[in-house]
Amino acid sequence: MNVALAVIVAFTALAIGLALRARRGRDMDLEQWSVGGRGFGTIFVFLLMAGEIYSTFTFLGGAGFVYGSGGAAYYILGYGTLAYVLSYYLLPAVWRYATPRRLVSQADVFTSAYRSRALGVLVSVVAVAAMIPYLALQLKGLGIIVSQTSYGTISSTAAIWIGAVALSIYVAAAGIRGSAWSATIKDILTLSVVVFIGIYLPIHYFGSIGEMFHRVEDAKPGFTALKGDQLTPVWFSSTVLLTALGFYMWPHTFGSALAAKDENVFRRNAVFMPLYQLLIVFVFFVGFAAVLQVPKLDDSDLALLSVAKDAFPKWFVGVIGSAGVLCALVPGSMLLIASATTVAKNVVRGVNPSMTDAATSRLMKLLVPVIALAGVAFVFAGGQTLVTLLLLGYALVTQLFPALVMALAAPGRVSKQGAMAGIAAGVAMVAAMSFAGATPETASTVDSFIGGLPDFLGQLNLAIVALLVNLLVTVVVSALTRGSADDGAGGRFRRVPAAEHAIVER
Amino acid sequence: VKLTHVLSALPFVGILGGIFFANRAEPFVLGLPFALFWVTLWVVLTALIMAVVYRLDRR
Repeated sequence: MNVALAVIVAFTALAIGLALRARRGRDMDLEQWSVGGRGFGTIFVFLLMAGEIYSTFTFLGGAGFVYGSGGAAYYILGYGTLAYVLSYYLLPAVWRYATPRRLVSQADVFTSAYRSRALGVLVSVVAVAAMIPYLALQLKGLGIIVSQTSYGTISSTAAIWIGAVALSIYVAAAGIRGSAWSATIKDILTLSVVVFIGIYLPIHYFGSIGEMFHRVEDAKPGFTALKGDQLTPVWFSSTVLLTALGFYMWPHTFGSALAAKDENVFRRNAVFMPLYQLLIVFVFFVGFAAVLQVPKLDDSDLALLSVAKDAFPKWFVGVIGSAGVLCALVPGSMLLIASATTVAKNVVRGVNPSMTDAATSRLMKLLVPVIALAGVAFVFAGGQTLVTLLLLGYALVTQLFPALVMALAAPGRVSKQGAMAGIAAGVAMVAAMSFAGATPETASTVDSFIGGLPDFLGQLNLAIVALLVNLLVTVVVSALTRGSADDGAGGRFRRVPAAEHAIVER
Repeated sequence: VKLTHVLSALPFVGILGGIFFANRAEPFVLGLPFALFWVTLWVVLTALIMAVVYRLDRR
């Protein structure tokens, strides 16, 4: 084993060890395992949320997207920023709705708000479908790190299997508590590594950051802005909006919101979290350095590690790889826990409500390796880049946004039939587009699907169109079904005590 | 319309709308291509704006 790989193994063992230590002595009942007992303070929630949000996508995918598509990658900087503005209003409303009702997951919130177990099951199925590509992204990232830092001794196929096993072990050891501890180390390590290499590489190779950008522009005019037929400002705006709306629709980001001690945590976070985004600018610098320094890579996602291997000794490549591994393990564990919880509690128990807590808990743990396998299968089926996987997940998960917001902001306006029909229509459109071969990277825009449209329509992200269809269907079907005898949502909110009702009004 | 809501809308205008005018490499600002500078600027402005919104809401 070379030095780089040894460093990575040491950091992975540390993360697993910390996870085990954090868990020792704590009772693992269902609520505790999934939301950590609602005892987190501001700093912990801050780190926990940052831990999830900075995944291997930010790390490898961000540099890879810059390497492949230049300025289009700036969308990554924009969507998180706008998502935090939304979170200022959205998360306190979700928290106030969920906490008194002891709801531990996203599907619980939908089931409760629309009084429809069927909707809860539908939401869960959509959420898990969206999480599989997101999980596959983390596994692909782990695989890239392991095979790259092995300097050719471990094949990428074997590396992905190693990644999946490491992730399953980490999740089995951790639960949410462990993730919060490891997230602390991960954030410190990632922050230092990314800022250092983001500044060092441009200066080392080109003298300054500005000089690097000038040379990129000389070599590829327009590459540092948005260009091309598809990745235009119209694509940028619609993609930023889509992904900002979907940001907190993931069961795991939603779940971290439920773990907070009080609702003010979210408002304070909305002030500080945008600054965390600045970290991504340094990832972009690495990507642009790679454009000039290691051109002609087969796979754009190898950009960050390839340029690092070119510039640094093996032990430091190991440190960079360790930051990357933690960036995959921490969010990956969140995704696995959230998927397993969602399938066990909201799909299986949703269909079969007589299931006991013990049986549900057992099923959750059994599902962890099963879902990890589904992620592995997705990686091997794909050949897609990290950004493609992420945008596919977002295209699906954002379809949950209209139904959630309407349930919180205007209870009773949308019927459960309307919510279900809207989500089904949006997801069906995304699926149809994906099967038609319109992958987000090569053809993420409307004109790849329907030709002859004016630019401002043709260059829209396909999934934003699906979201509009979703909204339209939700409104129309709600209008048709409102006031029908079996509509839970309309009648229900009149029975809610006034004090409790006030919580969703702003 | 509340002032805090108007303020909260500004980052959306700056990022989603602004990119149509800011989508170019030149001029370089602080070493950054203009499009990257523009989006980065809005990240910082968003934090400042949300700090003001938070203050106003607490009163």
